Amino acid sequence: MAIELHPLQQFEIQRIVPLQIGGIDISFTNSALLMTIAVGLITALTVLGTRKAALVPGRWQSIAEMSYEFVADLVDTNAGHGARQFLPFVYTLFMFILFANLLGLVPWSFTVTSHIIVTFALAIVVFIGVTIIGFVKHGAHFLRLFVPEGVPAVLLVLLVPIELLSYFIRPFTLAIRLFANMLAGHTMLAIFGGFAASVGLLAIFPVGINIALVGLELLVALLQAYVFAILTCLYLRDALHLH
Amino acid sequence: MDLASAKMIGAGLACIALVGAGIGIGNVFSALINSVARNPASQSQVQPFAFLGFALAEATGLFGLAIAFLILFVF
Repeated sequence: MAIELHPLQQFEIQRIVPLQIGGIDISFTNSALLMTIAVGLITALTVLGTRKAALVPGRWQSIAEMSYEFVADLVDTNAGHGARQFLPFVYTLFMFILFANLLGLVPWSFTVTSHIIVTFALAIVVFIGVTIIGFVKHGAHFLRLFVPEGVPAVLLVLLVPIELLSYFIRPFTLAIRLFANMLAGHTMLAIFGGFAASVGLLAIFPVGINIALVGLELLVALLQAYVFAILTCLYLRDALHLH
Repeated sequence: MDLASAKMIGAGLACIALVGAGIGIGNVFSALINSVARNPASQSQVQPFAFLGFALAEATGLFGLAIAFLILFVF
């Protein structure tokens, strides 16, 4: 009674509506569907939730306001002075990653952020945006970011390459952190599910572990969205205030 | 040794990186528990840092896991 385990099959992209324009495949895939659902839910929460705009908020308005306050507080605390104008960007980033992660936990659903290309697209936008903001605000003086103050010239020869390396590795660590967390979590769920399917009455143990894992995955979904947002704010502060 | 066996061994070795993740996360929460025990009023200020530190420590372990998957399924 050997059941074949295919824990990585859940990450396959499936075309729902095949479309081609001039040889380029732009099919509507399961990934695109989940992204659309995430955007739709976020829009519904914020638009419908604040429609009545009561002074004493009802349930949905409370949730919409709490999510806004959470991200606004995050940006004010971590991105420093003059970063309020970036709140819409950070809010969009946080809510999109949060909803994409959470929607992946629905059974038979697909986790959008478990593909490196999706997380890398988000991370490279943050990286290039923050670098451009830094250059626009400080001009060539922005390169002072890699030369810490009060360091003797001998150490600078060693320190500047290290600072440059740790700066350019940021989009990769941002992307891989989110991608690896989602991949590892969902792969573990699939593997323990496979154990449960192949072991008969003893399945209570893998299923118990899976229940705990889903709880952990909920925490990780929230935490990874929070970490992505807070790191974006910290990188913004570095670019705006040069340490 | 053929490529498939070498891949298995390589992926297994890459997972040793998760030891670092375990130690790091233990350190972060040990510091959190210590500081809240000394000064319970600071909990709301220290806890966000604890969660940030946990995520960053976990991330380095998962970089190792990502290499393991890379070895297994890409090369």
